Amino acid sequence: MIAPVTNAQVEEVMERAIDVKGRSLWDDARRRLFRNRAALISIILLGVIAVAAIFGPFFLAYPYDFIDYSVVSCAPDWWPDPGVLCNAGGTHWFGTDSVGRDLLVRTLYGARISLAVGLIATLVSLIIGVAYGATAGFLGGRIDELMMRFVDVLYSIPYIFLVIILMVIFNRNFFLLFVAIGAVEWLTMARIVRGQTLSVKQKEFVEAARAGGVGTFGIIFRHIVPNVFGPVIVYVTLTVPASILAESFLSYLGLGIQEPLTSWGVLIKDGADQMETAPWMLIFPAAFMAVTLFCFNFIGDGLRDALDPKDR
Amino acid sequence: MFSYAMKRLLGAIPTLFIIITATFFMMRIAPGGPFDAQRRLPPEIEHNIKAAYNLDKPVYQQYVIYLGKLAHGDMGPSYKNKDFTVNELIADGLPVSAEIGLLSMVLALGLGGVLGILAALRQNSAVDYSVMSVAMMGITIPTFVVGPILTLIFGVYGLTVFGYDVSLPVGGWNGGALRNLILPVLVLALPQVAYVARIMRGSMVEVLHSNYVRTARAKGLSNFAIVVRHALRAAVLPLVSYLGPAIAGVLTGSLVVEQLFGIPGIGRYFVQGALNRDYTLVMGVLVYYATAIILLNLLADLLYAVLDPRVRYAK
Repeated sequence: MIAPVTNAQVEEVMERAIDVKGRSLWDDARRRLFRNRAALISIILLGVIAVAAIFGPFFLAYPYDFIDYSVVSCAPDWWPDPGVLCNAGGTHWFGTDSVGRDLLVRTLYGARISLAVGLIATLVSLIIGVAYGATAGFLGGRIDELMMRFVDVLYSIPYIFLVIILMVIFNRNFFLLFVAIGAVEWLTMARIVRGQTLSVKQKEFVEAARAGGVGTFGIIFRHIVPNVFGPVIVYVTLTVPASILAESFLSYLGLGIQEPLTSWGVLIKDGADQMETAPWMLIFPAAFMAVTLFCFNFIGDGLRDALDPKDR
Repeated sequence: MFSYAMKRLLGAIPTLFIIITATFFMMRIAPGGPFDAQRRLPPEIEHNIKAAYNLDKPVYQQYVIYLGKLAHGDMGPSYKNKDFTVNELIADGLPVSAEIGLLSMVLALGLGGVLGILAALRQNSAVDYSVMSVAMMGITIPTFVVGPILTLIFGVYGLTVFGYDVSLPVGGWNGGALRNLILPVLVLALPQVAYVARIMRGSMVEVLHSNYVRTARAKGLSNFAIVVRHALRAAVLPLVSYLGPAIAGVLTGSLVVEQLFGIPGIGRYFVQGALNRDYTLVMGVLVYYATAIILLNLLADLLYAVLDPRVRYAK
């Protein structure tokens, strides 16, 4: 016998149906990303490094530029090799550098600057690249051809060389370093965004916006740009490590961050000079940098898999 | 294709011109000059030196003089390496840099290609995972970290394998002796090996799943014949388009590697020249690097057209 359905039961079912939320593309992507173990571990590790870099120096016993000539190039307390020249004592957990500064606090300061360079340079490249690429792709025709030909010409210029000259000229200006690296990285971004724009602009919603009387730049920035963000965000996660590498490359050549400020590139350079007698000076900054770069690459790969419609 | 090549070559001239002009004026705006010294020279002597190098003339005149000389292949005297012209310095350094660069490219393509193919053939196996994680390390760990570490292992500590001493010199050139070549070439090639292996694996996996490879397999061809004769030809194409970035990467890496191992190539001149404001030397090296990148990119594009019959440069 079938029990008659009461109104209350119907209402309850209906309410439950309303509670079920649809999954957007980004929800799906986030789920897939978090299921990717390498990417998840990378996100957590990167978070730990970032928090340590931002807050760590406040809790450490030594300022980053505190020079102590009684512990020059000293090993940390727990260093396994007994043949080291001197021991820095219990509070220098990473040992000390060639003028007796605490290496842990310097590594964390280096992390601050390297991460800041990575993020700001990426932001610069993102802004230029997205604006340029979306404009070229949306306008199309001769303007597009001209704009992309300009990018082609810039592509064949050996950039890092120009950045080196720039850094020499402007006396290793801190701010310019960000801009110079960002200005190098925007070309690929522009190409990616243009390609995406070309396919997005054929869609109906663009036509609808145009029919609704939205202007060209309104369409580009309100309707096109938000819809090309998938591939862009993947490329952003790969641009950050590339920028960090570029900064450390310049710093390694002595053209980047200036003492007493420091970055991973500077620390690695100092460490490489003394690696025979004080290998910890190379190992710690190099390990931090390598882990960070690994993390960004894994997150980039994870995001690509998460956003790639081919896998669905 | 010939006309396409000519067109590209002609197109390279404005690019080079822009690079030369931009660097020339950028270097002149810079505060400080090549003859700033701790001790000020007597004014007459300073004036004579500047006159000898045309530095007393207005910048635009210097520019015209420089371009005129450059058109005749004369890059002028080096300001800091006294008694040497830039042409002489580059003639000394270029063969060294070219040798290291070429050997690294060969190593990158050979080793990276083979590793990529192996990983693709044994997809999702231990071989695949180990090759890909080593490649990831090659990409993320920069040259200037790998270099010192390898030097530490092979140069400083030294290694003995089965009673043979396999330690390598930590630096120097020694007339290009093989033992002095190994470490720099290896360090310079490693990131490119990694990229090549990744690209090769990706494209090989895709090709191995294609219909014509299945046909070849159905015909009963041996695995070797399938991979080498059929799959490789198609799979190598993405690699050819990666050649351009690879060349740029090797040239950039050479700045660090030449510094690290004390190799007398032109990369070292560039960094020293930039720091010393040796205008002519920096310009000279930059012109060489830019030309190399543009020409090699063109070669890569042409090679692509030769290998892929679908690509035609009609215009």
